[in-house]
Amino acid sequence: MVLEFEKPIADLEHKLREMKELAKGKNIDLSSDIESLEDKLKTLKKETFQNLTRWQRVQLSRHSDRPYALDYIYEITKDFIELHGDRNVKDDKAMVGGLGDIDGKTVMFIGQQKGRNTKQRQERNFGMANPEGYRKALRLMKIAEKFNKPIITLIDTPGAFPGLEAEERGQGEAIALNLREMFKLKVPVICIIIGEGASGGALGIAIGDKVFMLENTWYSVISPESCSSILWRSWDYKEQAAEALKLTASDMLNHKLIDGIIEEPLGGAHKDMKTMANLVKSTIKSSLEELEGLSSQERIQKRIEKFCAMGVFTEP
Amino acid sequence: MGLNLTYMAWFKRKDAGIKTSTEEKKDTPDGLWYKTPKGNIIHTRELKNNSYVCPDDEYHVKIGSKEYFEILFDDNKFTELDTDMISGDPLRFVDSKPYTQRIQETISKSNLKDAARTGIGKLNGMEVIITCMDFSFIGGSMGSVVGEKISRAIDHALEHKIPFLMISKSGGARMMEAGFSLMQMAKTSAKLALLDEAKIPYISLLTDPTTGGVTASYAMLGDFNIAEPGALIGFAGPRVIRETIGKDLPKGFQSSEFVLEHGFLDFIIDRRQLKNRLGTLLNLLKN
Repeated sequence: MVLEFEKPIADLEHKLREMKELAKGKNIDLSSDIESLEDKLKTLKKETFQNLTRWQRVQLSRHSDRPYALDYIYEITKDFIELHGDRNVKDDKAMVGGLGDIDGKTVMFIGQQKGRNTKQRQERNFGMANPEGYRKALRLMKIAEKFNKPIITLIDTPGAFPGLEAEERGQGEAIALNLREMFKLKVPVICIIIGEGASGGALGIAIGDKVFMLENTWYSVISPESCSSILWRSWDYKEQAAEALKLTASDMLNHKLIDGIIEEPLGGAHKDMKTMANLVKSTIKSSLEELEGLSSQERIQKRIEKFCAMGVFTEP
Repeated sequence: MGLNLTYMAWFKRKDAGIKTSTEEKKDTPDGLWYKTPKGNIIHTRELKNNSYVCPDDEYHVKIGSKEYFEILFDDNKFTELDTDMISGDPLRFVDSKPYTQRIQETISKSNLKDAARTGIGKLNGMEVIITCMDFSFIGGSMGSVVGEKISRAIDHALEHKIPFLMISKSGGARMMEAGFSLMQMAKTSAKLALLDEAKIPYISLLTDPTTGGVTASYAMLGDFNIAEPGALIGFAGPRVIRETIGKDLPKGFQSSEFVLEHGFLDFIIDRRQLKNRLGTLLNLLKN
């Protein structure tokens, strides 16, 4: 998939590839042309990605080539054992988790998982978890706590699933319980928004000592489309809604609603999966080192204080 | 006018989105006579004496913090906390009008400062702290002020070791505060984690309607989750669910009775018995 604003770059990349093949096939020296084209491409990429609108970042966060939770997990870990089920209703395929190691250190991974093709997308329910997904996540968090393993959550969801059965099985209660219980976890918790961070469905696994967003992701109370439909009474104002919601990583950091941003390779996470995973890995490692220097009591207190400081109001 | 709209809606839904007339949105009946959705007519004085429940059809009229405090606190005596807290506008949010203007207009129209008020007083002689939401303030939406008031109420409950009652009535998080309103779910849940650990009773009363981020945080976290009859309670709104599944919703879906049946409420309570039932429950916990 190529996004509208990626097109000029893709065209130039195509041209460059053709020229390289031509040079190789016909054995002619085009190195100066290739070099100037490469320079041009670099400049274009920089210009495009330095000036992305908020809506364009939303589009990038949903890019169908973007790495998903399991892509990161398998790239980062040597051994990973996926764990299933909420021990109650079923195994929610939109929420994955398991134990893995990062350079010899065991952690519990939990994350929303999207699918790559139509069949997978349906199986993963487009990354929209049901209550059993949130309960599975909490179960795994308690296992991690029991065995004193840090928790890493990877957030990527267009929202908790708004379905009939989800309501019957208590979607609201499931998310609410996670919020409260995550504040009590004695082990370090690191949360990373790797794609979409839509509302309560995202927050349900995003209460952490450290909350990071990848550079081209969004995190807010509602998607720009839904915001547009409610406040503007039309689906056509998603760009304005994205601007108004201030939902990008830098917006969220400016407002101190997250702790940091993980930069993406030029062109976005999907352009260089390995580099991206390594950046995520090193962020996890350095954060863990910092968090493990604190006692569990200190971590819990800081976690609570951090979220309790969020909010803007005046009192005369 | 109201009737015409209803009939037209039977035939054709011309407009997308929610169209509730200002009159329907009003929390408290202020005319001399009140007409319930089933068409029963009752004098407002009688309604008030009856905890705002229509005696003919048991319809629970949507009321606000003023009425709940009057119903619950002994002799309507209570001390209000954080009376002058007003929302900021960190995002400089503008949709059809600037958020600050919307706030100011709602303040002068509703006589409220935001969508929640906290009172401390006695309920059947027992000291309690109550935070109650007001739907007439931007749909009872939860923003920074609601989150902070609830947090402080819980702090007070912790400090004085008194039970906390939360009365929810809300369409969910306030969009105009975007990321900030989302984080109020986290903030209130953090405080409730402390209350939980301190083993101080938390009763959550869900009233019509309680949806969205409010359901997915403090409203569902009570040691006791209770509701008024016939209230709409859910995470996703009915319209969104209908669009998702492409089917009409079963009758009674997301009603208090439905939520009780599925195991997420401890009991449903008629508003006329609310105070005494709460008193009994608190007594049982105390003795």
